[in-house]
Amino acid sequence: MYSIAKENLNSLYAAIAGSYDLFMPIKTAGQTNYGFWKEGAEGDIDTLKTIRSGKDAFFPQVEQLYTVNREIVPADVAAGDDAEKAADTPVRTKLKVTPGKLVDQDFVIFGMRACDVRAIEVMDNVFLTDPVDSYYKSRREHGIVVALACHEPEESCFCTVFGVDPADPSKAKADVATWMIDGKLYWKALTEKGEALTAKVADLFEQEDADAKVEEEKSYIEGIAKQLPNAELSLEGWGAGKTDEKFKSEVWDKVYKGCLGCGTCTFVCPTCQCYDIKDYTTKDGIQRYRCWDSCMYSDFTLMAGGQNRQTQLQRFRQRFMHKLVYYPTNNDGMFMCVGCGRCVEKCPQSLNIVKVIKAFAENK
Amino acid sequence: MQELINRLKELIADGTVVRAIGWKKGDMPYNPEPAYFEKPEDFDNFVYDGFCGANLSKMMIEAAKLEGKTAVCLKPCDTYSFNQLIREHRVNRENTYIIGVGCRGKLDIEKARKEGIKGIKSIAGVDIEGDGDVTFDTIYGEKKMAYKDLMLDRCHVCKGKDHVIFDEVIGESKDTADADRFEEVIKIEKMTPEERFAFFKSELSKCIRCNACRNVCPACSCRKCVFDNTKFDSQQKANVDSFEEKMFHIIRAFHVAGRCTDCGECSRVCPEGIPLHLFNRKFIKDIDTFYGEFQAGKDPEAQSPLTDFTFDDLEPKDAVGRGDK
Amino acid sequence: MCDCGNNKNQDILVPHVGIITDITQETPDVKTFRVNAPGGGKLFEHMPGQCAMVCVPGVGEGMFSITSSPTNKEYMEFSIKRCGLLTEYLHGLSVGDEITVRGPYGNHFPVETELKGKNLLFIAGGIGLAPLRSVINYCIDNRQDYGTIDILYGSRSADDLVKLKEIKEKWMNTEGVNVYLTIDREQEGWDGHVGFVPAYLKEIDFSTDKIGLICGPPIMIKFVLQGMKELGFTDDQVYTTLELRMKCGVGKCGRCNIGSKYVCKDGPVFRFDQIEEMPDEY
Repeated sequence: MYSIAKENLNSLYAAIAGSYDLFMPIKTAGQTNYGFWKEGAEGDIDTLKTIRSGKDAFFPQVEQLYTVNREIVPADVAAGDDAEKAADTPVRTKLKVTPGKLVDQDFVIFGMRACDVRAIEVMDNVFLTDPVDSYYKSRREHGIVVALACHEPEESCFCTVFGVDPADPSKAKADVATWMIDGKLYWKALTEKGEALTAKVADLFEQEDADAKVEEEKSYIEGIAKQLPNAELSLEGWGAGKTDEKFKSEVWDKVYKGCLGCGTCTFVCPTCQCYDIKDYTTKDGIQRYRCWDSCMYSDFTLMAGGQNRQTQLQRFRQRFMHKLVYYPTNNDGMFMCVGCGRCVEKCPQSLNIVKVIKAFAENK
Repeated sequence: MQELINRLKELIADGTVVRAIGWKKGDMPYNPEPAYFEKPEDFDNFVYDGFCGANLSKMMIEAAKLEGKTAVCLKPCDTYSFNQLIREHRVNRENTYIIGVGCRGKLDIEKARKEGIKGIKSIAGVDIEGDGDVTFDTIYGEKKMAYKDLMLDRCHVCKGKDHVIFDEVIGESKDTADADRFEEVIKIEKMTPEERFAFFKSELSKCIRCNACRNVCPACSCRKCVFDNTKFDSQQKANVDSFEEKMFHIIRAFHVAGRCTDCGECSRVCPEGIPLHLFNRKFIKDIDTFYGEFQAGKDPEAQSPLTDFTFDDLEPKDAVGRGDK
Repeated sequence: MCDCGNNKNQDILVPHVGIITDITQETPDVKTFRVNAPGGGKLFEHMPGQCAMVCVPGVGEGMFSITSSPTNKEYMEFSIKRCGLLTEYLHGLSVGDEITVRGPYGNHFPVETELKGKNLLFIAGGIGLAPLRSVINYCIDNRQDYGTIDILYGSRSADDLVKLKEIKEKWMNTEGVNVYLTIDREQEGWDGHVGFVPAYLKEIDFSTDKIGLICGPPIMIKFVLQGMKELGFTDDQVYTTLELRMKCGVGKCGRCNIGSKYVCKDGPVFRFDQIEEMPDEY
C-alpha cells in the first residue's frame, strides 16, 4: 500500500494540482468547506465534516445552463420578403442560444467521507436517469473521487443506519480509498481512474505493507461507530410505498413548529438537489443559470392561482417525505438520507431528520 | 428550572394562558428546540439550560394570533427584541404573558468543537443554577471546559441582565459581560479599506445564502421580503457573482439598522460562522455617535433616530467622507 | 441554433430558438401563437397532451400544453392566456419575433393504446380546451381509429370560447362528432345553451360507454368528476391533466411532485384512479 507522511501532504496536493483541478476541504476564515486548492491554501482533512457537502463537486450551487443573445433587427430584415407583415411593428427580436460549457477535463475530489460518496450515488439516480443531465454527467465522468475514512466519527453521525461504512472507503463508489492513521495517509487505488491518478503522484509515496494497520484502524472506527448515540436508529415504517401511512399522520403537527423555513438544512445536505432556473440579464446577454433551491422556501411551489404548499407544515412534511418515502419509492427502497448529521449540527432551531424519525417511532 | 416548569403548568391550569413557548429537550444534549407546550405531559420534555440560546420573541408573532394567551420565556436580551416587535406592531402584547427567565450566559457548541471535543454522549454543568466547569462525557474520553470559554460571543458583551419587559421574572441571573461591545468594530474601523475589504470578502465568501440569519432575526419580519420578490433582481437565490454575495448582507444590515437590538441570533445560527453581528454593530455604533446613544427595544415608546427627523440631525457631509471610517 | 464549438451540448435544458409565424386573438385574453423553426418546419415532434417550456429570455419561462395536434405537419401552436408577467410579455410580441422553446415534456394521452377504438367524451372549460384540442384534432385526423366523439365545452361568455371558428367549421362538420357548447350567463347574440359545464353535463346525461377526458379550472374538474361518477363513470374511465409550478420540466428540480410522482414527467396526464392514490396535496 502507498503511504505519505502528514507533513508532506502539501506536496501531494501541489502534485495533484499540477495535472488536475483539485477540489478538497480547505480552511478559510475558520471554517472548512470544499474549494479548489491553490498554492498557499490550507488543506484540511482533519475536520470530519465540511459545512457544505461534497455535492458541490458535481452539482455546484450555481451552474450556467446557456446564454441567450438578443438582437433587435428591423422588421423588413426579419420578415424577409413578407413586407406586409413588417408593416405592423418596426423591429423584431432575434435570439441566439449558446449552451453552457461542459466540464471536459479530469478533476480530483479529495478527502470525501463515505457519507458524501454515498450521497453521490443517490444523486446519480436523479441526474443520470433519463433524460440525462449532461452538466452533471460530464462532471461525474471527469471527477476522480478520493475517499477518506473517518478516524473519529462525531455524535451527530449516523451513516451506519443507512448501510454506509465510515471505516472502509473501498466499499463506497470511489476511485481511491485513503486512511489517516498515526500521522500517515494510506492510499489504495480502487478503479482504473484511481490507478491513473496514483501513477501521476506515485513518486511522492512510500510503499509499505500496511494491511494489518488498516484493518486495525477499520476495527477501531467500527467500534466507535457502534457507540454513537444514533447508531441504533430504526427506520421501521419508512421507505418505499409508505406514502399513505405517513402523509396524513398527526405527528407532523408536533415536529414542524420550530421550523423557520430558512433552507439551511437543504444547503448543507449532501443529497438535496432541488434547483431553480433563473435568468440574469447582463449587457453581454441573458445568462440562464440554475441554482440551489429549497422546498422549505415559501415560494417554492408558488403559482399564479395560489400554491399547493401554503403552510410550513406541508413544506416540512414534503422535505422529509421526499427523503424517506418518495425517493425510496422511485429508487428501489434506497433512502435519500445518508446519515451525515449536518442537519443535526446546523439547523438554527435544532430540528433535524433524527428528531423526525424518533418522533414517529414514539407515536406509533 | 423546576420552578419555571411548575409556574408554567400553573398558568395553564388556572386558565391565564392556553399554551407556553419554551424549549424542548433535543436528541443531543446541546440542541434543545423551541417548542409549544400545552398539556401537563408536554412539560416532561421541557428544558431550560445553558444551550437554550434561541430568541423566542419572534415566535410570538404567530403565536399571539392564536386563540387565547400564550406564555413565552424570554431571556433579558430577548425582551429587547420583544419590545421592538411591539413598537413595530408586529406582535399582540395583550395576548402574551412574558416570563423573564434568569440567565448566566448561553453556550455555543461550536466553541467546544473548535477545541476538538467530539463524540459527545452527555454534558454536565450547564444548568441555570450551576457554577463551575462544563464536563463533556465523550466516546473519546472526558473533557472539561470553563463555562466562560464556552459562552456565545454575544454573552461576553451582554447589555445587562435586567428584563426590559415582563409579567414576572423567574430565576436568578449572573453578569457575564467581560468585553467591550464595540471592540471588534473598532478593530475593523482601524483597518485600511483594502484590509477591510479582504476581511469581509473572505468571511462572506463562505456564505451559502441559506437565509438562516434573515429567518431567525426578529427585525426581519416583512411579510414579503425584498429577497423573495421576483420583481427585483435582488431575488437571487444564490451568489451568481461575488457582488451578489455581499449585496445580501449589506442590504439586510441597512434594512434592520436602527431596529436591530443586537440579540446576536444572526451570528449564532450562521452555519458558516460568519460574524454577521459586526455589520449590525457598526450601524449601532454609528447611530450612537451621530444621534446619541440609542438602544433599540429598551423603550417601546421611543422613536428610533432613523425615523425621527429633527433640525439638529447630522448632515451627511459631516458624518463621513468618501472612503473614510 | 447552437453554436458551441468543440463542446457539443444540446442538453435537455437547453432550448431551441423558435420564430412566431402567426398570432390569432382568440378571446380578449387568449392568443394562439404559431411557432416554427427559424429555417422553416416544426421545432420537434410531440404526442397529444405533451407540453413545452416557452421562454422569453430575461422575462421568464412557463410550461404550456401544445395545443396543435402532431398530425399538423407544418407548425406547432400554443394557446396562451394572459395572466402573469411572462404571458403579458408574450401577448405583446409580434409575428417575426423569436422565443425559445424546449420540449416535448411529460406523458401524453394514450391515443395509441387505451383510447384507440373507444368512444370519447371531452369536457373542457375555458382555456382548458387547449390541451384537449391536440387530442381532438388527432382523433379527427385519424377518424377511423376512434368511436363517437362528444365534446362538451363551456366558458364564461361567448367571447371566451377559444377556437370557436375551428369548432364550428371543422368539429361540428365531422361525422360522429357531437359538440355541446355552453356559456355561464345569458348574453345577447348567443342562442346556445346557458349554464355551467357540470350542470349541462347532467342535463345531457351521457351514456357511460365512453372514456372521459377533462380539462379546465380545478373547481370545474371537481364538480364534473362528481357529476360523471353520479352518471356511473368509474375512476379508471376518466383522464385529466394536472398543473403545478414547473421549472426543469424533466422531473429533476424537485418542484412539481405530488407524493412520489412528478407532474412534469409522470404526468401531466393522469387517470383518476392514479390521482386517488396520490396524497391529498393538490
